[in-house]
Amino acid sequence: MNYLNNRATLLTGLFQGIKMSEENENLDNLKVRINSALKGGGDQRIDKQHEKGKLTARERLVVLLDEGSFEEFDMFVEHRETEFGMDKSKIPGDGVVTGYGKINGRLVFVFSQDFTVFGGSLSETHAEKICKVMDQAMSVGAPLIGINDSGGARIQEGVASLGGYANVFQKTVLASGVVPQISLIMGPCAGGAVYAPAMTDFIFMVNKTSHMFVTGPDVVKTVTHEEVSHEELGGAKTHTSKSSVADLAFDDDIQTLIQARRLMDFLPQNNKEFVEYRDTEDKEDRIEQSLENLVPHDSTKPYDILELINKVVDESDFFELQKDFAKNIVIGFGRFGGFSVGIVANQPMVLAGCLDIDASKKAARFVRFCDCFNIPIITFVDVPGFMPGTDQEYGGIIKHGAKLLFAYGEATVPKITCIVRKAYGGAYDVMASKHLRGDINYAWPSAEIAVMGPKGAVEIIFRNEAKDIKKIADLTEDYRKKFANPFIAASRGFIDDIILPRDTRKKIIGAINMLKDKKLNNPWKKHDNIPL
Amino acid sequence: MFSKILIANRGEIACRVISTARKMGIKTVAIFSEADKFSKHVQLADEAIYIGQSQSNMSYLNSDAIINAVKKSKSEAIHPGYGFLSENADFVEALNELGIQFIGPSKEAISIMGDKIESKKLADKAKVSTVPGFIGEVKDVKHAQEIAESIGYPVMIKASAGGGGKGMRVAKSSSEVKENLERARSEAQSSFGDDRIFIEKLIEQPRHIEIQILADNFGNIIHLGERECSIQRRHQKVIEEAPSPFLDESLRESMGSKAKDLARAVNYTSAGTVEFIVDNHKNFYFLEMNTRLQVEHPVTELITGVDIVEQMIRVAFGEKMKLTQDNVTFSGSAIECRAYAEDPLRGFVPSIGRLIKYQEPKKSNQIRVDSGVLEGAEISRFYDPMIAKVISFGESREIAIELMSDALDSFIIRGIRNNIGFMRDILSKESFKEGNYSTDFISNTWPDGYANNTDDEKLKNLAISIGAYVQCKFRERGRENHSKNMVCFLNKNQEKISYKFFKDTCNISIDNHSYQVISEWIPGQILFECSINGEPFSAQVDLLDEGHRIILKGIEYNLFFRSQIVSDLTKFMPRKEEPDLSKYLISPMPGLLLRIDVKEGDAVRTGDSLVVIDAMKMENILIADKDCIVKSILKQENQPLMTDDVIIEFD
Repeated sequence: MNYLNNRATLLTGLFQGIKMSEENENLDNLKVRINSALKGGGDQRIDKQHEKGKLTARERLVVLLDEGSFEEFDMFVEHRETEFGMDKSKIPGDGVVTGYGKINGRLVFVFSQDFTVFGGSLSETHAEKICKVMDQAMSVGAPLIGINDSGGARIQEGVASLGGYANVFQKTVLASGVVPQISLIMGPCAGGAVYAPAMTDFIFMVNKTSHMFVTGPDVVKTVTHEEVSHEELGGAKTHTSKSSVADLAFDDDIQTLIQARRLMDFLPQNNKEFVEYRDTEDKEDRIEQSLENLVPHDSTKPYDILELINKVVDESDFFELQKDFAKNIVIGFGRFGGFSVGIVANQPMVLAGCLDIDASKKAARFVRFCDCFNIPIITFVDVPGFMPGTDQEYGGIIKHGAKLLFAYGEATVPKITCIVRKAYGGAYDVMASKHLRGDINYAWPSAEIAVMGPKGAVEIIFRNEAKDIKKIADLTEDYRKKFANPFIAASRGFIDDIILPRDTRKKIIGAINMLKDKKLNNPWKKHDNIPL
Repeated sequence: MFSKILIANRGEIACRVISTARKMGIKTVAIFSEADKFSKHVQLADEAIYIGQSQSNMSYLNSDAIINAVKKSKSEAIHPGYGFLSENADFVEALNELGIQFIGPSKEAISIMGDKIESKKLADKAKVSTVPGFIGEVKDVKHAQEIAESIGYPVMIKASAGGGGKGMRVAKSSSEVKENLERARSEAQSSFGDDRIFIEKLIEQPRHIEIQILADNFGNIIHLGERECSIQRRHQKVIEEAPSPFLDESLRESMGSKAKDLARAVNYTSAGTVEFIVDNHKNFYFLEMNTRLQVEHPVTELITGVDIVEQMIRVAFGEKMKLTQDNVTFSGSAIECRAYAEDPLRGFVPSIGRLIKYQEPKKSNQIRVDSGVLEGAEISRFYDPMIAKVISFGESREIAIELMSDALDSFIIRGIRNNIGFMRDILSKESFKEGNYSTDFISNTWPDGYANNTDDEKLKNLAISIGAYVQCKFRERGRENHSKNMVCFLNKNQEKISYKFFKDTCNISIDNHSYQVISEWIPGQILFECSINGEPFSAQVDLLDEGHRIILKGIEYNLFFRSQIVSDLTKFMPRKEEPDLSKYLISPMPGLLLRIDVKEGDAVRTGDSLVVIDAMKMENILIADKDCIVKSILKQENQPLMTDDVIIEFD
């Protein structure tokens, strides 16, 4: 079934069983209007869209939603502009397709900008259509997915278009934390338009065919004399690896849409519901013997924390987000015994798993997302501390590090922490420690919970003997024996249990089940004042 | 009998020796290097002693450290395994002086047989024919070229002290003699510390067949039949079997008796192996004698029922062999496959890393697995990249092949590249099944290098059926109403299928063929055991971002399914362009950049040497595969390289 056939089927389906006659003028008219709406900007523009390797707005919804589940709103909405001859150029739908449908049987609201109609530009009515689905999503409590492919504001409309943007922004803000909002950038998204997706929960981009920037390369050149391509300035690679504006990027429209479906499976409908439990045949008490030797005996050696995550989650299915940004921390969704969880883990393979500005920001936002939507947070800790250096201090590691601390501290969802190896200094406190209302805090026998590494500690405590290398080495070994273990923390109750690595899955699932009905409220406030 | 022995080795062979010693009631002492602290052999032994840093010359080749370990543990004897110090006469002498029994032959036998030139002279004396060639040392290039001319091309240039394919080069012309002589020399120097070289005629279409010998201190010498070891890559054995499908009773008898003659000529004791090269007219020539236990000894053990390690220990203790030639009987057929950490798709370059998943095939009295690793073990760059050996035994060769095929299908290794699929693919080849092969088998079967060939229609449909089952298992969970049709995407092809899934059964129809897949597979499992139309299969399944990788009979299929409507839209998606790698010289393996043979701006001709990489103690020469100009060199000599590092950029 190609695009055209698809359209024809839709039409014949719609009019099946209705006898067409000359008197039935309205029906005729309807047929014409539907046809016109479905055609969007016309065959030529559709072909052009395809030539660029992009799907049309409607085709994207076909891929995103369960087959045949899409119900459209406002197909016949037209703009109201009369200047610049716009009154003669009207296309029903006005450049955005909106409505609702299902993803794996679950209700979602969608809007999909149509680049073939006025370049997908946003008019007042275009914005109204978007606001309408947002309102609907809010009132029934269902996620909203926006597909962005727009040249920007409808210039002919001037300030009316800007007002439209602002209305969308405002609704996005209000919906934030109420229903999950996902943006799929599948074409240009420039100027003010970037701020609506920027405020949503997750952004996926398409390699090479999508761009996001506040000002394009031409303006950049005029103002700062920098020469930069679209791709370098605002391509998917830039935003997933440098700016962290986007969470993930994929090679084409279809892959992106399919992965958005996958993400949806981990999310609840709204902030009052839990994520749907998904039955699994993966045994809850599955033993992973090889985790016993995951942590190298030399504590300066790295290992891949992803191996641990993949071996403990249900069916080795871990959906990692922001994998190209701040790789020293890993975030993503997985399931334990059928319950969807958010996972945060230090990655010793990169910067020894240190917390720096980027890692703190990345994890903090993710923790807050999970907290908004009743998703338990599992934290795997192997952190030697915060990253030292002028770069970090001048960049405000104090303020940005505090974001992660704040996020963990305010979160009221179940928090389960497993200290795998290092948990040093302030970073120990930050990483969902018992002191930040961690519900269950486990440690592996390899855990080292201390103010700092043995060498650094000895050099400070025995500052005067720093020259005696032999003595320092002995003292370091003493310190290691005394403090580089989980026992002292456990003796104070900072650790609930010391568990064998191979039992990690079983223990976490047990804790999640126990915490299922956890109730915890923060004091009443208008909102908090997280150090932004 | 000895009460305690030390095993001067690591990995699977150390584990293998420990198991026999334990059976005989002998206590065992393992030795280990830094890298092996937590290895399987250390865990299995009764005692374990640390002997040094990871590099073998500081540990497993460090005879002083090993002798200290013997003294410390009060071991009475040493089993050397293979490799390392197993064929080192000086080591044996040092042990003799201390009164420690070496479980192996005398130092004289080792030193004579360890020298390719000396051993050939001895073979001549014992009237065992050798490959036509020059017995003696090659002086220089000119000399080498003269010798080559007199024998006739092609010739083989070999290191006198060589083994395992190291320091071995083929030359087809006098210019190749010049080029390869130097390489063989430098490789011989770096691998064995001995750069002596000799030259012999290259036997074409040869088979590599060897005879297992056992001898005691009372002049009793028997042979345990032959092993066929012709399936080789880079002159190293991959698959071995016994008996050879090529030998008949009379040839076996005459090879066996020649092997015994040779052993007698050096007063050989203990286990040893006489290697022959056999041409297609069934002429056989003596190649070399290995004065140690061979990697492939298990195939002989399975068809004779003799525990060779036990015999070695008994002989070393001074017992008289109870076995006589007459009571050695052969029954059935055995095959051994060596699992290596290497990448068959990239010219078998070594691969290192952690065994993230490691699950051996189910053992039985027909499947033996000799291994030295556990899941989570690290395959390091310090030692031989062999991970394990799988040995199958059947009443007939067909059954042995079938058992081996099943075993490899269920052998799971993840985290490093490995040759399981490659070996499995070999077992499916007709010429292998017919036993009709030579040492050129691999290069003849895959002249352009091994490739993952997904063309076989029948197998492909089976893989798609398995993929469809897996897909259905996941779809079952979503509440979407799915149409009963899907399109399978495999490589660049699309295949329409329809399916019906209920409980553990998936009925699939592909191109008018129907397949019924029944399985109890659970998502997350790698091993996929099923029956398809009643026939049992074991496949492996890995999760991909979209879809799955199905490994069936050693062939990998990366496939995913889309609905008809989404599939129709797929044609609009841009084809992902493969990066143009032809402009770069990329390191195929981790190693050390030993030498750069070109400068920036050089015009390079096809076949010219570009760089030499030292990896796993092998000098790997990367040559130009087309004429080109060197634009820039991005690495320096003596710099360590990772896989895929760009070394040179071309114009």
